[in-house]
Amino acid sequence: MTVEITVDGEPVAGTDGQTVAAVLLASGRLSWRTTRSGAPRGVFCGIGACFDCLLTVNGVPDVRACLRRAADGDEIRTQSRADA
Amino acid sequence: MTRVVVVGAGPAGLAAAAHAVRAGADVTLLDQSAAPGGQFHRLPPGAPHGFEAILSRCSWWPESTVWAVAGKRLHVLRGPADGAGRERHVLEPDALVLATGAHDRTLPFPGWQLPGVYTAGAAQALAKGERVAVGRRVVVAGAGPFLLPVAESLLAVGARVLAVLEANPASTVRKGWSWRDARKAGELARYAAALARHRVPYHLGRAVVEARGDDRVRAVVTARLRADWSVVPGTERTYEADAVCVGHGFAPRPELAVAAGCALDGGFVRVGDDQRTSVPGVFAAGELTGIGGAVAAAAEGAVAGCAAAGGVPGRALLRERDRLRGFAARLAAAHPVGAAWPGWLREDTIVCRCEETTAGELTRAARDPAAPGPHALKLGTRAGLGPCQGRLCGAAVSALCGTAERHHRPIAQPIRLGELAEVKENDA
Ligand SMILES: Cc1cc2nc3c(=O)[nH]c(=O)nc-3n(C[C@H](O)[C@H](O)[C@H](O)COP(=O)(O)OP(=O)(O)OC[C@H]3O[C@@H](n4cnc5c(N)ncnc54)[C@H](O)[C@@H]3O)c2cc1C
Ligand code: FES
Repeated sequence: MTVEITVDGEPVAGTDGQTVAAVLLASGRLSWRTTRSGAPRGVFCGIGACFDCLLTVNGVPDVRACLRRAADGDEIRTQSRADA
Repeated sequence: MTRVVVVGAGPAGLAAAAHAVRAGADVTLLDQSAAPGGQFHRLPPGAPHGFEAILSRCSWWPESTVWAVAGKRLHVLRGPADGAGRERHVLEPDALVLATGAHDRTLPFPGWQLPGVYTAGAAQALAKGERVAVGRRVVVAGAGPFLLPVAESLLAVGARVLAVLEANPASTVRKGWSWRDARKAGELARYAAALARHRVPYHLGRAVVEARGDDRVRAVVTARLRADWSVVPGTERTYEADAVCVGHGFAPRPELAVAAGCALDGGFVRVGDDQRTSVPGVFAAGELTGIGGAVAAAAEGAVAGCAAAGGVPGRALLRERDRLRGFAARLAAAHPVGAAWPGWLREDTIVCRCEETTAGELTRAARDPAAPGPHALKLGTRAGLGPCQGRLCGAAVSALCGTAERHHRPIAQPIRLGELAEVKENDA
C-alpha cells in the first residue's frame, strides 16, 4: 500500500505507515530545513530528540518528521528557522 | 485496585505493564509512538508485533505524549506527533512507572551538522522500521557493541558499509568482556561473521574525526586514536562516502523523572532495589536508570511493574536483573568515552546544533573571568537554548566548559500554544 503526499507542491509516494522523514529520505531528499545561518538540516537522531528534522505538515509548522507518520494527501512544506 | 500508569512501551515499559497486570493492578500503558516496542522492537509498518496479549490486558494508549508531570499527575496529549488539536488528558494514578529510554550520545566533530551524518540509532531505526538505507556508501563509527547490529541492518537494506570503527583500542575492549558473557559474545560473533561475509572491515582504535562536504556529506576522515582518544597525527584516512553513522553510547531521557522530582546520579534516575525512585509512588526502569540493552531493560521493568502494583518482586527476578546490570557495567568499562575527544574540534566546529554555537565561542566564554557559571554561559553563547534544550549538546558543553550538566527542561515535550489554551482536560 502506498501513500501520496506533496512536498513543496511536488507529489511524492511512500509506503503506508512510514514516517514523513522516511518518505522524504526514500525519495532522495536529504534535508528540508535551514538553520538561522542558512545551513541545511534533515534527520539526525531519528527519534524526536534533536529537532533537526522539523517541517510544516498541512500548515502546522515545527512537526518532527521522524515521529510523524505520513498520511495520504499530507501537504509538506520545508522550513527555515525564520518561519518558526 | 492499584492504578498504575507506565510511560514508554519499550522493553522496560512492556515488561512493567505485564508484571503490574500479573500483580493485580489496573494498568494504563502509553507511548508517543503508534506502535509498541520502543527503540528495540521495530517492524516494518503493519507487521504483527507480538505484544497483542499484554496490550489486551491493559489500557493501551498509542500516540500519547506525556508533556508534563507534577508529582504523579501526568499531562498527556493524544494524537499525531506534533499535530495541532490533539486531545488533552490528565492521569493521576496510584503509582507511576517511567520507562522513557535513551537516545544516542554523539560527540561533536567538524562537519557533524551536515546532512548525511546520522546517529547510529537513527540509521538503525530507519533500516529496521522503515526499510530505508541512509546512504549508499556508509561509514559506521563510535563506541560500543551497538555499532555491529547497525552495520548489519544497513547491509540488509542494501547499503555498502565501508568500515565499522570502534574508537577504543583492543586493550580497553578486552577488559570489559569475560567468559561470563559468553551468550552475548556469541551474538557479537554472529554480527562479526555477517560483516566478514560482506567484507566489511572492523577497526579498533579508530574514529571519524571529520565529515566533509558543502551541502551534504561527501567524504569522511578517520584517524587512529590512542587509548584516551587523542588523535595519532599522520594516521588520517579519507573515505568517499555519502553517509556516516556515529554513536558513542546512549544518554538517558530523564525529563519526566526530573519534572516528577526524582533524584539523578550522573544523569541517570537513581533507583532502589525495587526500582523505586526518590519520589514516593514513582518507579523507573530501563535505559533511564542505566544503559544495559533491551534484556536488562526488560528485567528492570519486570521488577518495577511488580513493585508499582504493590507486589514483592521475586528473588529470581531480582537476581536476573542484578546479573544483567553487572553485564552492563562491564560493557560500559569496555567501551568508555576517552577524555581527549575535544582534540578533534576546531575553533569553528559546531557544538550546539540548534543554535550553531561553536567550540571556540564556548571555550572563550568559559575562560572569561567576567562571565562564569553555567547559566551566564548559556545566555552568553545560547548553547542549549534551542529547540532540543541541550539534549544533544549538554554533555559536550559541560565537558568543554568544566560545568555540570543540567537536566532541567520545564516542558518535557513541546506543546502548541493553541493546545495549551484549550481549557478542556479529560480525566481518565
Ligand atoms: C534510535 C535507537 C535505536 C536503537 N535500536 C536498537 C536495536 O536495534 N537493537 C538494540 O539492541 N538496541 C537498540 N537501541 C538501544 C535501546 O534503546 C535499548 O536496548 C532498549 O530499547 C531500551 O529499552 P527501554 O524500554 O529502556 O527504552 P526504549 O526502548 O527507548 O523505550 C522508551 C519508550 O518511551 C517512549 N517515550 C519517551 N518519552 C515519552 C514521553 N514523554 N511520552 C510518551 N512516550 C515517551 C518512547 O517513544 C519509547 O517508545 C536503540 C536505541 C536508540 C536510541
Ligand atoms: S531527527 Fe532528531 S528530532 Fe527528528
